[in-house]
Amino acid sequence: MNFNATLIGQLIAFTVFVAFCMKYVWPPLIGAIEERQKKIADGLAASDKATKDLELAKSSATDQVREAKVQASQIIDQAKKRANQLVEEETQKGHAEREKIIAQGYAEVEAEKNRVKEDLRKQVGLLAIAGAQRILAREIDADAQKDIVAKLVQEL
Amino acid sequence: MASYDTTQEYINHHLTNAKMCTADGGIAFNKACADAGFWTLHVDTIGSSVLIGVCFLYFFWRIGKKATIGVPSKTQAFVEMIVEFVDDNVKSSFNGTSRLIAPLALTIFVWVLLMNLTDLIPVDLFPWIAGLIGQYAFGMDPKDVYLKIVPTTDINTTFALAIGVFILIIFYSLRVKGIKGFAKELTMQPLNHWVFIPFNLVIEIVTLLARPLSLSLRLFGNLYASELIFILIATIGYLQLPLHFAWAVFHILVLPLQAFIFMMLTIVYLSLACEEH
Repeated sequence: MNFNATLIGQLIAFTVFVAFCMKYVWPPLIGAIEERQKKIADGLAASDKATKDLELAKSSATDQVREAKVQASQIIDQAKKRANQLVEEETQKGHAEREKIIAQGYAEVEAEKNRVKEDLRKQVGLLAIAGAQRILAREIDADAQKDIVAKLVQEL
Repeated sequence: MASYDTTQEYINHHLTNAKMCTADGGIAFNKACADAGFWTLHVDTIGSSVLIGVCFLYFFWRIGKKATIGVPSKTQAFVEMIVEFVDDNVKSSFNGTSRLIAPLALTIFVWVLLMNLTDLIPVDLFPWIAGLIGQYAFGMDPKDVYLKIVPTTDINTTFALAIGVFILIIFYSLRVKGIKGFAKELTMQPLNHWVFIPFNLVIEIVTLLARPLSLSLRLFGNLYASELIFILIATIGYLQLPLHFAWAVFHILVLPLQAFIFMMLTIVYLSLACEEH
């Protein structure tokens, strides 16, 4: 054990080292550590919150989907009903139209028939007259029997 | 050790510090300083401890300057690990608030640890290099060139640390308790009666002085003994290799432990000094 001035030298070195460490070494290091710890804690809290939010969003989304399904089935039901109704209406309208067209057709055919009948009558009359003319030509002048022919035509 | 006449001489050589003093108006070294008394410097102790301390602080300072709060580099993570280790110990053991105590603990822990770790360097390496330099550069006998690089095997180092801590103990005691409180603590404990004041005073002063004394002697004793054993092992020929290995492995535990104990006791003593009764 020999104590000497080395003691004083070492004491000075120790003091200077501690002072330097306290002023320039410790603060930035511990500051970085503590700030990072805070950042990590904040991050963890944020992730917890996000998880909670996600759960909430999921449950609300499920609710909305269920509601939407109910609405959709309602809409489909309504649409089916309306479609049936439309089909029914159109069918009835079609029937009515058909009846009308058929009736019109009948009327036209009837009119045509009547016209043809009239034509036929005229031609049969003329034919009869022609026949009678030829018969009578041998015997009578046609003019003398004109009134009779007219009378006949009228009777037809 | 071939160049030494006796084992005794070898051991003495390896346990002697390089001295420097002023003699006859000039600077003298080693054997010329035998009569210099107190005003002698152990240049090897001061040199290696200051070099180690400067390296440690420069390294930590550089990392601290570049420290990011984002993802740290591996070096920064390593430094932060040490800082956090010290900080945890300070927080768990020190009850007061002080900006000094944590940096103090960090400096003590890392500096003492690094000084202790020089104990693991082969005992002949630096004395041999110094001997060669002395012999060829200055024409000295290598046996007259001394170099003991482990600063904590020099009692001056450990006492300097302990005295620093002791001054802080007194300072904090006075600051927290005031002169009256501190005097009361020294005189009215453990037996709270005026009759026992001399008795209390003796006990408390012994307690107070035992703290730095035990701090420094524990560290010095451990390191001096381990260094001595390293040197003894080095004297026994080739058998020293496994023995050296075993002793060095053992010191992987002992050296950090001594640094840790020094730091913890410093924190605890200062915490006690800051406690109010």
